[in-house]
Amino acid sequence: MPLLEIQNLAKTYRQMGGETTVAIGEISCKVETGEFVSFVGPSGCGKTTLLMSIAGLIAPSAGQVVIHGKEVSGPPPNLVLVFQDFNKSLFAWRSVLGNVRFGLEARGNHSREGDGKARSLIDLVGLKGFENHYPWELSGGMQQRVAIARALAYEPEVLLMDEPFGSLDALTRLELEDTLLQLWEELGTTILFITHDIEEAIYLSDRILLLSQRPSRIIEQLPINFSRPRNQMLTRAQPGFMEIRNRIYQRIHNESALS
Amino acid sequence: MRESKLNGLLFFLGLLIVWELLAQGGLINPLIVPPLSRIFRVFSDLVWSGQIPLQVAASMKRAAAGYVMAALVFIPLGILMGLSQTVYRLFEVIVEMLRPVPPPVMIPVAMLFFGLEDEMKIFVIFFSCAWPILLNTLDGARHVDRVLLNTARTFGLSQWRIIWNVILPAASPQIVTGLKVSLPITLILVVISEMVGSTDGIGYFILDSQRRFRVAQMYAGMLTLAILGYTLNQLFNLLYKLVMPWHVGLMRMKDGA
Amino acid sequence: MNVGKAFNWPGWIAFALVLLIWEFGSRNNPALQPYLPPVSRIFSSLGELILSGRIVSHLMITLSRFLQSYLFAASIAVILGTVLGYFRLAHNLFEAVIEFLRPMPSVAIIPVAVLLLGISDAMIIAVTVYASLWPVLINTIDGVRHLERTLIDTGRTFGLNRRKILWLVVLPAAAPYIITGLRISLSIALILVTTAEMIAGSKGLGFFILDEERSMNSGNMYAGVILVSALGYLLNRLFVLGEGWAMNWRRGMLAREAL
Repeated sequence: MPLLEIQNLAKTYRQMGGETTVAIGEISCKVETGEFVSFVGPSGCGKTTLLMSIAGLIAPSAGQVVIHGKEVSGPPPNLVLVFQDFNKSLFAWRSVLGNVRFGLEARGNHSREGDGKARSLIDLVGLKGFENHYPWELSGGMQQRVAIARALAYEPEVLLMDEPFGSLDALTRLELEDTLLQLWEELGTTILFITHDIEEAIYLSDRILLLSQRPSRIIEQLPINFSRPRNQMLTRAQPGFMEIRNRIYQRIHNESALS
Repeated sequence: MRESKLNGLLFFLGLLIVWELLAQGGLINPLIVPPLSRIFRVFSDLVWSGQIPLQVAASMKRAAAGYVMAALVFIPLGILMGLSQTVYRLFEVIVEMLRPVPPPVMIPVAMLFFGLEDEMKIFVIFFSCAWPILLNTLDGARHVDRVLLNTARTFGLSQWRIIWNVILPAASPQIVTGLKVSLPITLILVVISEMVGSTDGIGYFILDSQRRFRVAQMYAGMLTLAILGYTLNQLFNLLYKLVMPWHVGLMRMKDGA
Repeated sequence: MNVGKAFNWPGWIAFALVLLIWEFGSRNNPALQPYLPPVSRIFSSLGELILSGRIVSHLMITLSRFLQSYLFAASIAVILGTVLGYFRLAHNLFEAVIEFLRPMPSVAIIPVAVLLLGISDAMIIAVTVYASLWPVLINTIDGVRHLERTLIDTGRTFGLNRRKILWLVVLPAAAPYIITGLRISLSIALILVTTAEMIAGSKGLGFFILDEERSMNSGNMYAGVILVSALGYLLNRLFVLGEGWAMNWRRGMLAREAL
């Protein structure tokens, strides 16, 4: 049985004036344990809505998300969402260590050894030495790493990431991509990743799902078979890489043109 | 959204109805909390007889005088202090020494000099509005964008014209904040000073009604005060939109960003 | 307001000059003395009053009323404000009531309080509590209501229930707003206590100042003014110190924003 299944998910928003926006038309897909799946689509296509629905933070208008055979209604216990706006998501009143510990506390772990776990996670994301700093003292890239460490401290089975590297500069983004892959390979978490950066999606994923313009549906699924561990230079230099990239670009471009 | 506001209004009305019933039924002592209907009746009587308008006028006369005087004195002073380090330092200690004085405490002091006359209240209001107006104006003047100032200078404007044409408008949002904050302060202090030492005015009226056990009248006075507070605020906002329409748009743009 | 940490010589000199002019102007003008006694006389009166204990008892009474009222009002207002800010239903219900009562100056309550409670400590405390409630209430409601949606969603994605979100996310995030309200209330409480004492009291610094004015003991009156101002100043300083300690995490943020 797949770990996670999205069944005929749809979401319509009602605005204040009475008009409705159909964010998600109909999405169905399956995700296996340990997979790294990316959703790619044009802006405004409802990617965030999709992730929020899977995370149980908003209720779908139709369809359901099933995890381990159980329907999701409200935030599921073995899943965490990492938000795009990390500076609105991190707790300004807690230090880096405090924020990461929060992930443990949310799991019910208030013990001393939790401290050690938090510290090793902070090390893993490359922030060793910054434990006692406050979020505002850190750069964007560092803040997002804290958010990731905090999410991992929760030991989720499924990690949802909403354009986590979107607001970072190109170089930081490449660094974090590799950090994420390392963590993924070590921890075996299943990751659902949203990005508008096509190459990033190809670089990171096992599989890419292309979303159409609103009302969104899956227009294509592409398996990504490049060998792991991926390498910023070698993998991207592979001939198949640009092919896939152009293919995706073409499809999304056509989709945008249609709307 | 609308529905929720309706709920709130209905709830509010509900409370008023409960008040009325409890007072009518004698469950609350009507001598202390009379029925709303009686309060409204007394209120309208007093408004039509001219009593309330008279008292309000007396209070507003003093309030306006004190408020305007404070603006006329402290806006220029604030600008000077904001622009010139020297002036600022000169006045800084004096201002910091006077700031902690709670405004009502100046009432006996003013009474010493002015007795129970209008001047007493005007002085108290003048003193109380000083700090919000001064400090906000100062802040506004000090934080006028360098770029704006240099633009004016590069056009060869004299110092006076710079103040009038650039600094004043640029600092005006802050100045308005100071003036806006001073509004409720003015109202509060005119009421207090009338309660402590006066022979007329809405503050005096409320206290006097209580002393004579004209309870419904007392509540009518309080209602007047609430209406007055609300009206002054609305008037201020109206004036503000008329005089500085450009600022409303600017603020909306900033908030949106 | 600190423009440079250098000691403000011109300022202090200007202040000293004012005092000197006052002193000598008063000494050389016997007609002026009942209204504006020499500074030296005011301070000697102050000294006398303190040593004799006379003003100290008034001070203690005012302080005690102030503390009782302020602490009580602060506690109620924070709780009430949190409830009203957090639960949309409660807020909608009470919004009209609050908007109606807000424009009415709290001092108008004094006659009602006298009616109900006579001239007593209870009256003064009741009035002060009512007035001190508002800034804390409004600021707390504001702070809680305008919490970033993302922060609350972060709490939810980590599986926290409503109560835990309130404690671990909402209150810490709203703390700066609440504290601003508490600081404003500090001044308001002192103002109301002294006002109530003036209008309908028989003890306390407010009453003392008015009483001395009536007896034309201007020296004592000014002494009282100085004492109550010093009290207000001290309370404010203490508060700012406490605030600095509690909001350590924010200090750097604010410094950054100020730039």
